[in-house]
Amino acid sequence: MPNLDHALIVAFLLFGTGVAGVLLRRNAIVVFMSIELMLNAVNLVLVTFSRMRVDLDAQVLVFFVMAVAAAEAAIGLGIVIALFRRQESIDLDKATLLRS
Amino acid sequence: METALFYVFSILAIGSGFAVVTRRNPISAALFLVLAFFSLAGIYVLMDAFFLAAVQVAVYAGAIMVLFLFVIMLLNLGPDDLPRFMTRKVKWLYAISSVVLTVVLLGIDLGRRPGGEPQALSGEVGAIGDKLFGEYLLPFEITALLLLVAIVGSVAMAHRESAN
Repeated sequence: MPNLDHALIVAFLLFGTGVAGVLLRRNAIVVFMSIELMLNAVNLVLVTFSRMRVDLDAQVLVFFVMAVAAAEAAIGLGIVIALFRRQESIDLDKATLLRS
Repeated sequence: METALFYVFSILAIGSGFAVVTRRNPISAALFLVLAFFSLAGIYVLMDAFFLAAVQVAVYAGAIMVLFLFVIMLLNLGPDDLPRFMTRKVKWLYAISSVVLTVVLLGIDLGRRPGGEPQALSGEVGAIGDKLFGEYLLPFEITALLLLVAIVGSVAMAHRESAN
């Protein structure tokens, strides 16, 4: 069995990478993919804790997180398509419609 | 053997996660994300979470990434310009936040865990299913409702307005 502390460190690094992607990139689709990366890091933390505590409840929670991520991806990509249709670009810096 | 596999999968996951953020072409970013998902599925298998590994491959690497690739190709996106990416300021921020993260990680007492060496735990389909259809039946049904809302919402969002 792998070292669980190292699994936690892997999850931290993945989450940090996802945060960096959300903060640095301006492409809406890449931002979405970074959010998926962060969700996966959280899933890895949950599975690791489930392994540490010998408790399956966390794995059920991961299942629900995956379902929510699927719903979020469907709606988010719908938003991206609507954005592209409106301004012919998915650069988030150009999405200033709601700016007063 | 298992330990070596764990480190291989970890390095693959972190490396491809880094590539997702730094690739200019959205399609190569998406394919690196698929690689990261597969590596995570491998880590889940090593942690005996077999059901989650299968769902990870089927739902994440299968369904969600197909959706991403479909939208990228539908919109016909080229590579980004990445004008302000990895400027001097970003590099400084990267260095500072790495140091902060390392300090935080060192500050957490990672060695502390309940009990001694954890005993066997099997995340097989049967065990998860027992919980899902017993203790967690109501959240499971609400998930079905959530997916229905997501379907209707995404159709409403991406639907072309009729020209009248």
